Amino acid sequence: MYEHLETADNKENLKRVVVEPVSRVEGHGKVTLLLDEDNKVKQARLHIVEFRGFERFIQGRPYWELPVLVQRLCGICPVSHHLAAAKAIDQLVGIDPVNLPVAADKLRRLLHFGQVLQSHALHFFHLSSPDLLFGFESEISKRSIIAVIEAYPDLAVQGVMLRKYGQEVIRMVSGKRVHGTGAIPGGMNKSLTKDERDYLLKDIDQIINWSVASVALIKKVHGANLPYYDDFATIRSNYLGLTKPDGALELYHGGIRAKNADGDTLIDHVDYCKYNDYIHEEVRSWTYMKFPYLLSMGQENGWYRVGPLARVNNCDYIDTPLAEIERIAFKAHSNEAMVHSTLAFHWARLIELLHCAESIKTLLNDPDVLSQDLVAKGEKRYEGIGVIEAPRGTLFHHYQVDENDIVTKANLIVSTTSNNMAMNESVRQVAAEYLSGQELTEPLLNNLEVAIRAYDPCLSCATHAIGKMPLQLELINADGKLIDKLVKGSDGHIDRNLNA
Amino acid sequence: MAKTIMIDGLSIPFEEGQTIMQAATDAGVYIPHLCHHPEFSPHGSCKLCTVKVNGRNCSACTFPAMEGQEVINNAKDLNADRQKITQMLFVEGNHFCPSCEKTGNCQLQAVAYHLNMLDDHFPLFYQHREVDASHADLLIDHNRCIFCTLCVRASHEHDGKEVFAISGRGINKHLIVNSESGLLKDTDVSAKDKAAHICPTGAILIKHTAYQVPIGERIYDHQQIDQVSLNSEQVDHDK
Repeated sequence: MYEHLETADNKENLKRVVVEPVSRVEGHGKVTLLLDEDNKVKQARLHIVEFRGFERFIQGRPYWELPVLVQRLCGICPVSHHLAAAKAIDQLVGIDPVNLPVAADKLRRLLHFGQVLQSHALHFFHLSSPDLLFGFESEISKRSIIAVIEAYPDLAVQGVMLRKYGQEVIRMVSGKRVHGTGAIPGGMNKSLTKDERDYLLKDIDQIINWSVASVALIKKVHGANLPYYDDFATIRSNYLGLTKPDGALELYHGGIRAKNADGDTLIDHVDYCKYNDYIHEEVRSWTYMKFPYLLSMGQENGWYRVGPLARVNNCDYIDTPLAEIERIAFKAHSNEAMVHSTLAFHWARLIELLHCAESIKTLLNDPDVLSQDLVAKGEKRYEGIGVIEAPRGTLFHHYQVDENDIVTKANLIVSTTSNNMAMNESVRQVAAEYLSGQELTEPLLNNLEVAIRAYDPCLSCATHAIGKMPLQLELINADGKLIDKLVKGSDGHIDRNLNA
Repeated sequence: MAKTIMIDGLSIPFEEGQTIMQAATDAGVYIPHLCHHPEFSPHGSCKLCTVKVNGRNCSACTFPAMEGQEVINNAKDLNADRQKITQMLFVEGNHFCPSCEKTGNCQLQAVAYHLNMLDDHFPLFYQHREVDASHADLLIDHNRCIFCTLCVRASHEHDGKEVFAISGRGINKHLIVNSESGLLKDTDVSAKDKAAHICPTGAILIKHTAYQVPIGERIYDHQQIDQVSLNSEQVDHDK
């Protein structure tokens, strides 16, 4: 829709405006705009300016280190990486999800629900609520959690306590709030003690009540700002995520489903071990983040969105009663059509928050989480693929090992990467519809960040690759004249070309 | 009447033939160490146990206890030196505690905590070191070897084998194994050997056991290395 704004035809004489860094997101990124003399936007890009290198430096390590090593990609949702890697290395010891001990499966789900709960609470209350409560162009002093604490102290405390509860679930299952252990090949290293279970049960009804209230809040904010909330940064897209075999919302394990913008099913119940037959990634020279797309639809039209909006759009129902009531209300807002509003990510995210709280209660009341039957073993294999619905969307971990148990190859497709094209489209939509032709001011530029923030991107996670990244080295003399330039292409080829 | 030495002003009895380390351990006095193990002959290489004996620096693990010695152990300057030695061990190898499977059970990490080591201080060497995963049950991660020679001594003195040795000098020093291919799989080492379980860091590991002990139940989760060390090494002396 706004692809024409990815690259301006004639860049000379255009004004450059940079939003750097993009704030209240995880990781480092910047937005650049090129404007003509009438302030009309001619080019808008979200650039990711960091890279990490995980796919390369886990090569040569023993596979059992993966869940603990790879989770260091992130401090916000390490559990997602921990569990995606664990699902992959289960296969390396011959264990498919159906053979995982029931207790281990339920403990991992509990861990994951705690993780999604805390991550969603963090994103909504700490990072996004200042925009939503005070307005996108509010004065800069109001755009932080501190201002929310001052203006809405009860709400801010609820946000902090919701996140804390999720972190406590993680601590009870994995030993630490951030970067614990827990999942090992073929199972888990501990179950819950009765004391740990009771400690978590004590507060769960309060957590569910606060989750219900947070959905009511976002509905109120969204409804009070129609049609702005339905239109801002809104783009029509495909959606991808996991669902249960019966089509219910699923966060830990399921088949891949993708729908197009009209809601037609493109693929359904696809075994994620065959993801490579359906999804490919494209590299562009101006960002460290790749662009995944559905192979059958091609690079141009195959890009898709993942995360809460995709999951709530894609699923047939939610298997916890309070969240299902909210999903029905959410779909009623769009007359059952796919919801394309980018700001509806927040609404969908809080419906999932409620689903997590309800699911945690169900699991805590299940005696299996106290069971000691925690690990299964099978025949060694040489390839493992683990896919999970991380807070920000579908997360793929793919590993190959040699006969000595050493990792030889790794491929990670991180949730935020899948939203790369969509975030760029949203940035371009806001640039074209809300900024173009205006005198740009700092509050106005916050609109761009609001659009990006809705996706809850984790830019650090999404730039994990190294070695295939295009790089450019420029030597500029004191007069500002370019005197030498090296360009390394994504194929590794190095060119020296002053005019490139 | 038993013979005694003084350590930090305390009168400590000793038996003829004991080292200062042995006398101190028996009396419940912890002297930081990494290459010392009560079951094996002393090596005196890590220098963490350096104490002042009558004003002179000595390795407590090799220096015999003798009547009338005035020993300084828990002193600010000695602990500062020990911290520097530990920092040098960290920067020489590649020690990534956050993902290492030995975390929480590692003596190097525990002694660093005990000595209040807050950073590496020295520039990291980033040496390229190999992982030998060729053996079905054991793995050597050379990134984490601190050349304490405990595996060398355990193989020789306890297992009756000669699986490990240290080769090279100075910065080129490295652990080698006794096989023509240079690979662990071609030696006669077994996962049941004492040498396979003696490594104070994560350099020699039993495969397929990583992270099985949950956080909270690891050796150093609730006790510092001084207490753990005294508890285990006093028992060993009594054997």
